[in-house]
Amino acid sequence: MASADGGAYSYSLTVFSPSGKLVQIEHALAAVSQGTTSLGIKASNGIVIATEKKSSSILVDDSMIERVAVICPNIGIVYSGMGPDFRVLVARARKSAQAYWKIYGEYPPTRVLTQELANIMQQATHSGGIRPFGVSLLVAGWDVNRGSTLYQVDPSGSYWAWKASAIGKNMVNAKTFLEKRYNDDISLEDAIHTALLTLKEGFEGQMTEKTIEIGVVTVPTEEDLEGWSISSANTRPKPTFRKLTEEEVRDYLAL
Amino acid sequence: MSIMEYNGGSVVAMVGKGCVAIASDLRLGNQALGISSNFQKIFPITDHIYLGLPGLATDVTTLKEQFRYRVNMYTIKEEREIEPEAFAHLVSSTLYERRFGPFFIEPVMAGLTKKPSGEYKPFIAASDLIGCLNFAKDFVVAGTASSKLFGVAEGLWEPGLEPEDLFETISQTLLNAVDRDAYSGWGAVVHVM
Repeated sequence: MASADGGAYSYSLTVFSPSGKLVQIEHALAAVSQGTTSLGIKASNGIVIATEKKSSSILVDDSMIERVAVICPNIGIVYSGMGPDFRVLVARARKSAQAYWKIYGEYPPTRVLTQELANIMQQATHSGGIRPFGVSLLVAGWDVNRGSTLYQVDPSGSYWAWKASAIGKNMVNAKTFLEKRYNDDISLEDAIHTALLTLKEGFEGQMTEKTIEIGVVTVPTEEDLEGWSISSANTRPKPTFRKLTEEEVRDYLAL
Repeated sequence: MSIMEYNGGSVVAMVGKGCVAIASDLRLGNQALGISSNFQKIFPITDHIYLGLPGLATDVTTLKEQFRYRVNMYTIKEEREIEPEAFAHLVSSTLYERRFGPFFIEPVMAGLTKKPSGEYKPFIAASDLIGCLNFAKDFVVAGTASSKLFGVAEGLWEPGLEPEDLFETISQTLLNAVDRDAYSGWGAVVHVM
């Protein structure tokens, strides 16, 4: 039996195969590609991240399911893969964002938070006694430095910035679809419609406000930015990331 | 005898029209005995931020290095220079880490913040030894001559000073204040941004 201090037999499950692959990570990616489709599109004036939320039975109370999560007022994430693993990452990301706020008095830039998440996921690939995270993430956010940015993080801990990407089931088809539809000066409204259209491609069943979740990043105006200076520390800056309400989703679906 | 007055020294920072200034004396003492007339206590943090650290000399050195390390790490991680507001919060949280065994330093910061429109906005701030920030619109003072600096600055400072006038105002404020304090003086340095 393995001793508590990690004795000789508590090997990491992620051992290189003779061909140089980490099989556990490949399995994690397989878990992701079985998960529901999620996608993100960067528009000229914001970002949209969207996903389908499928429940296994009509008896499930789907108001409980949350697949798009707000991390801090300027960043939100969506996932494909294992729900419980996502919850852990959301908790870690929120904690990290608040820790950053406690030091610098502002929320982290999207890139820094993405790196933080990528680090957590990378550590799971070489730490003993744990398995890699079974999720891929799409991180969307806005910051003063880089504006709005969309990142994808994989179970291996690698991350890239995208103009548009899709993860989960049908990701190959969805990506091809996005490649055809995408152009650099797409507006946020158009991007939301493209997102819904892309999801529709591989959707099983009815697309309603109950089975779709959408989050958007909106770029703040010049006046917003001016008002956020230290002198007005008492006024909370308007969040740049928010989830669309069921009513809003319904309106987009109706169009 | 307070440990805050052990080595002596004072710093003042002022806001002008599109500019800021920060000035300090150069004395290092052992209580009433003068040791050095070239003890630096204002340090450049970035091209747009200066930090003044009046207080216990050993902590001046420690904190200077501590902030150099933290700001360098920030610059590498974020691939950008730290803004004065974020730096002020970094100073505050660094000091509050030592809430129950504090550094005997009362930092003063001066910098220029880049606004979204591209122009620079003057920024000054001061903190007590456990990190309570004071974002002033006019001037901030700290050190053994702080009470005197306060009085002189109150009399000399006026809003909208041009860089040349700001230099004169802060220099006269510092000089006249340290002349009335036995623990400050022995030379001075002024930075205008």
